[in-house]
Amino acid sequence: MERERAAAYWRANKILIAILLLVWGAVSFGLSILFARPLYHLAAGRLPMSFWWAQQGSMFVFVILIFVYAFAMDRLDRKYDVHEEEEIPSHPPLHDHVSHGDER
Amino acid sequence: MTVETWTYVLVGVTFAAYLYIGYLNRVRDTRGFYVAGRGVPAIFNGAATAADWMSAASFISMAGLISFMGFDGTVYLMGWTGGYVLLALLLAPYLRKYGKYTVPDFVGDRYESSVARVVAAIAAIFVSLTYVAGQMRGVGIVFSRFLEVDIWLGVVIGMAVVSFFAVLGGMKGITWTQVAQYAVLILAYLIPSAAIARALTGNPIPQLSFTFSDIVPRLNQLQVDLGFSEYTAPFASKPMLDVFCITLALMAGTAGLPHIIVRFYTVPNVRSARYSAGWALLFIALLYTTAPALAAFARYNLIQELHGKSLGEIRALGWVTKWETTGLLAFDDKDGDGIVELSPSAATSEITIDRDIIVLSTPEVAGLAPWVVALVAAGGLAAALSTAAGLLLVISSSIAHDIYARLINPAATEARRLVVGRVMIFVAILVAGWFGINPPGFVAQVVAFAFGFAAASFFPVILLGIFDRRTNGPGAIAGMVIGLGFTAFYVIGNKFFGMPPFIAGISAEGIGTIGMLLNLVVTFGVSRMTAPPSEEIQTFVDAVRIPRAARNAIH
Repeated sequence: MERERAAAYWRANKILIAILLLVWGAVSFGLSILFARPLYHLAAGRLPMSFWWAQQGSMFVFVILIFVYAFAMDRLDRKYDVHEEEEIPSHPPLHDHVSHGDER
Repeated sequence: MTVETWTYVLVGVTFAAYLYIGYLNRVRDTRGFYVAGRGVPAIFNGAATAADWMSAASFISMAGLISFMGFDGTVYLMGWTGGYVLLALLLAPYLRKYGKYTVPDFVGDRYESSVARVVAAIAAIFVSLTYVAGQMRGVGIVFSRFLEVDIWLGVVIGMAVVSFFAVLGGMKGITWTQVAQYAVLILAYLIPSAAIARALTGNPIPQLSFTFSDIVPRLNQLQVDLGFSEYTAPFASKPMLDVFCITLALMAGTAGLPHIIVRFYTVPNVRSARYSAGWALLFIALLYTTAPALAAFARYNLIQELHGKSLGEIRALGWVTKWETTGLLAFDDKDGDGIVELSPSAATSEITIDRDIIVLSTPEVAGLAPWVVALVAAGGLAAALSTAAGLLLVISSSIAHDIYARLINPAATEARRLVVGRVMIFVAILVAGWFGINPPGFVAQVVAFAFGFAAASFFPVILLGIFDRRTNGPGAIAGMVIGLGFTAFYVIGNKFFGMPPFIAGISAEGIGTIGMLLNLVVTFGVSRMTAPPSEEIQTFVDAVRIPRAARNAIH
């Protein structure tokens, strides 16, 4: 039972990874490189579209993909009850780490 | 105040801050020394990773490189950011769950092999050492350009500062200094970029003015008039296949670089490892999406200001004479008509522009206050020091932890391990400094290939170690040796012995992609032909895949 749940969790994780990497590959290697010539004649703002994807758009998408993965995994972790329990401070222990220095 | 006074003030203040932060974060156990006690919150680890990642080359040279490569500069932009997606989805969360101190630790434990551990440790030392020499050199160069001190003295000052916080504070000291260094370097990059964007287009947000203003179309026109290809034209300097391979090699190499991976050991749990990668890339993308705008604006501006004018007119511009004396900018009126002209061929071009000038001269070209010029110097130093510190920790931990504590003297006490760690990081600083002062010719050439080596060695072995239960020790060792061996053979043959790039014309920069595929195939194949890993390892892999062990398994 435990094993099955773990396997189902891992399968769901792999499907999610596959979808996100498909997007990753499509914007970087697809729109920006393989289709750079055909897309050159379309425009993004005042730039050729493939140039915009290669030097701006792909990087925006990369950032979004990582946060989407982190959010989606939060939900998967809970759904399969494998999430971590310990409370982590949501705020940086700025003062903490200063005082750590003086502890010794 | 003059630029020079401002530079002394800003460099002095930031260095004092790094030393103070290092002092506050001194550590007394190996957990603090190697993984900062695992107490670094996701967003701060993101900032530290960004500073760790962005080197002197990213800060000073990248915009310049792009400005000379045009479209093809994307190999660096996408190559050095896209790897974070691979890292966040495929490696970081599982390595955090595994939870030891180094990359060779994972390789050695997962593949139950001291040989694999040693191979990984040597590869980590090799990659980091070539990379760190360039950083120390960068510190020396920034000092010599902005403060006119000798390069060696600059390197020594840099070494002194790094040794203070790295030896005392290990990973903890390095982490919190890197957070401060990120703040310095990003401000130093964004302020001049926003100023030049505003001066040229009226819109201070570089990403927007790059996309929506008419500067790039005008730059295209200028380039065509001068006989260059359009700035935005794809594959003007490299064929498509090569652009593809270089981008992929840089991405996989980024994901496999030990000094980046270890940053994800410092966060409290798996969940924060995922978010931390997102924050890191967001912070990096802030600079990386600004760089191409700066590249295009600066190029447009330089052509406008310099091309087709008389030498007298040009030298009336204050910044021109300054950069001419450094040798980064040179004029030679070859046809003797009294006017200097830029052209695509080095034989006829009368203007020679060093790529580093794009970032370094922007504040002056845009007519900004002296303190902004000084800030750029402080930013360059922050970028070089933060990367150097992260690399030095990897070198130290590979020797002190992976080789000494795990293999030579497993019975060593905690106190002794910590002493060895501190001594090794100090030795690594001395070695890096020596290479920084006396850079051997091969270092500059090899640095560019560190990514290919990381892509061909670590990336496939860690990936399969997590995603394929059946991968075993013999497979991983064969994969690393063949992937790294092939890549090194191709790079060295091509760069030093004039071997033609015989695989579809793929350059030495891009061959890491083929090395990586080779490694994947060999690791997978050899694993299938030899005995499966032990029951213990199967359990190990299952545990790594899940953030928290099932409840009844814990209690």
